Amino acid sequence: MATVVSGPQVASARPAAPSRRVSSSARRPNRIGTVVLLIGALYCLMPVVWVLTASTKSANELFSTLTFVPSTHLWDNIRELSAYRGGLYWRWMANTALYAGVGALASTLVSAMAGYGLAKFVFPGKRAVFNVILAGVLVPGVVLAIPQYLLLAKVGLTNTYWSVLLPSMISPYGIYLARIYAAASVPDDVIEAARTDGAREWRVFGSISVPMMMPGLVTVFLFQFVAIWNNFMLPYIMLGNDRLFPITVGLSGLLNQGASQPAMYTSVITGALLSILPLGALFLTLQRYWQVDLAAGAVKA
Amino acid sequence: MRLHSGIRIGAVLAASALLVTACSGGGGSAGGSTAGSTGGSTAAGGKVDLTFWTWAPGMDAIVAKWNAENPNIQVTVNKQDGGDPAVTKLLTAIKAGSGAPDVMQTEYQKIPTLVSSDALADISGDLPKDLKSHYSDGTWQAVTLGGDQVYGVPQDSGPMEFYYRTDIFQQYGLTVPKTWDEYAQVAAKLHAADPTKYLGTFSATDAGWFTGLAQQAGASWWGVDGTAWSVNIDSAATQKVAKYWGDLVEQGVIDNKPMYTPEWNAALNDGTQAGWVSAIWAPGVLQGNAADTKGKWAMAPLPQWNAGDNATGNWGGSASSVTSQSKHKAEAAKFIAWMNSSQEGVDILAKQGGLYPADLPGQSEALSAPPAFFPQQTDFYKTAADIAKSVKPFTYGPNVNVAFSSYNDAFGKATQAKSSAAFVAAVKTMQDATVADLKNGGFTVKQ
Repeated sequence: MATVVSGPQVASARPAAPSRRVSSSARRPNRIGTVVLLIGALYCLMPVVWVLTASTKSANELFSTLTFVPSTHLWDNIRELSAYRGGLYWRWMANTALYAGVGALASTLVSAMAGYGLAKFVFPGKRAVFNVILAGVLVPGVVLAIPQYLLLAKVGLTNTYWSVLLPSMISPYGIYLARIYAAASVPDDVIEAARTDGAREWRVFGSISVPMMMPGLVTVFLFQFVAIWNNFMLPYIMLGNDRLFPITVGLSGLLNQGASQPAMYTSVITGALLSILPLGALFLTLQRYWQVDLAAGAVKA
Repeated sequence: MRLHSGIRIGAVLAASALLVTACSGGGGSAGGSTAGSTGGSTAAGGKVDLTFWTWAPGMDAIVAKWNAENPNIQVTVNKQDGGDPAVTKLLTAIKAGSGAPDVMQTEYQKIPTLVSSDALADISGDLPKDLKSHYSDGTWQAVTLGGDQVYGVPQDSGPMEFYYRTDIFQQYGLTVPKTWDEYAQVAAKLHAADPTKYLGTFSATDAGWFTGLAQQAGASWWGVDGTAWSVNIDSAATQKVAKYWGDLVEQGVIDNKPMYTPEWNAALNDGTQAGWVSAIWAPGVLQGNAADTKGKWAMAPLPQWNAGDNATGNWGGSASSVTSQSKHKAEAAKFIAWMNSSQEGVDILAKQGGLYPADLPGQSEALSAPPAFFPQQTDFYKTAADIAKSVKPFTYGPNVNVAFSSYNDAFGKATQAKSSAAFVAAVKTMQDATVADLKNGGFTVKQ
């Protein structure tokens, strides 16, 4: 989450550079600020370090050795996790990638179309539609999970990939973001010019508006990808078949084995560690591209 | 132009919606998973796919064996979160009209709830006639609720026992308590000798554990009288148990932390918890949570309220049931009868799942050797079989979930307060909440 927040800071680089003297005094580190930031960083990084060290411990060491002293069993833990019920964990990983990848792509497409439509077209009821979407931003997805289950049960879609993918495709926040971004980054003149040249609406949208909106759409994609990757409630309610589970629901099952079974702590911790690796990789690769374009867009606007 | 594009987008959306439903149909039957999507016919030679929701260990092994021997009835195991979450999920699927599995693991205390929600099928006509003789009367009563209908086949049971660390008992010169009075004395002696150590803990998050202790004391929390239910949680027997543990917690001689937490696991490892009032499946939990203490534990009968008594309660244990949504009830009944009452099935339950099979004829062969974690206690299962015979009768009602969550709330506060009076008051709170909920649910409640 910290990385997400740091994005827009780039925009603040916009003001013209002040005189040299002022700038050097501003560059001197503020001690209180640094301490606060360090505490914040520590607060965010401690759990990650804990997961890292805990995942190297064997089941016995986990509860009996010092918390932040690593051990040597990481590979054994990964092997044990991979062996669980014939490699089911990796199937969960693939499922999560499918839910998050396809869901976020579809959601980005829907958001782009809806946001662009709301920003650039005039039609009756536009304000009402936008207000409803704005209200939708305020409704947490958890609240909707049960009604969505009952609706999908009516059409017999529960316990399928679609039951998780379909509700993930609509993101009010994504639509809202896309609308704001389309309004700011796609000038009306450009659209008019394209229409005058005889481009049809699909071409205007696909070839002109989408590329201009791209940095905003990457943001929407990343937000939605992370949200689906970490989502628990929706797949938990929708899915009964453990071969369709994403990692979140699968790992929760390893912890809740009933009173007569020991919880599989080491496997869960190792699984949690492995599950954040793709997310980290995605952020590190996409974030650079995302910041550059966000800044570029800001200048152009 | 604008209207035009609007119509186009609408058409695309409609088309993709159609695509979605078409694909899902294919996906469902390819996986052979959902009860709703499998075909209804069981024509001769037709293959039947059954789904099985469970969280018990060893189910993959037993299903693999069945699938190899029964090519026409293929079972798929879907592991679920244990206990309440799975029941909630099943009830949601039943209310929604689709999505339930064919076979469901049903804890004994949940069967009345599930039956009153029409979630389970009566399979009395699909089971072998002599199946009743495989089970003790108490176990069989749990799946029939005392009527002619049969709502499942018992799989395992959980008679309660007392587990203790032999090395720590030796070190401090403690004797194994035979009565609850002695248990209190031993607990005080251990805690006085080493203030970090406890003989046990009162867990406010394990309602099933407390229920088993009340069962041993002679309580039976629900009762059926004609068409009316009665609730007897706030009985003298339950109060006695609550006061006993409340006193121990108030004096501080036993711990007040819940079980099954990382902290509790650590305590099992380092000997801070030197005893555990648990059930027959305890060796598996100890092995998983404190593998280094292998060979240091021993099992004894539960302490008794009166010297010379011979009584215990149940903690845990499940049956396998066929859900009312299953389209292949006869095949599902055949599968669960084989799994839980054939020697072949019972052997796998005991050896690969570490369960204590409820099936009496198959038990002795399946449980010939002691649990691997208790290698020195060679008569483990012989002792256990004697203890299992002393389980007191107990009736569960249709809203066990309400009573149990009320237990978590009320006893959670009482253990925090470390007050014996609060323990007794918590029993009354449970009684009131359970009666109120039954009345709200439209049941007739006899006062």
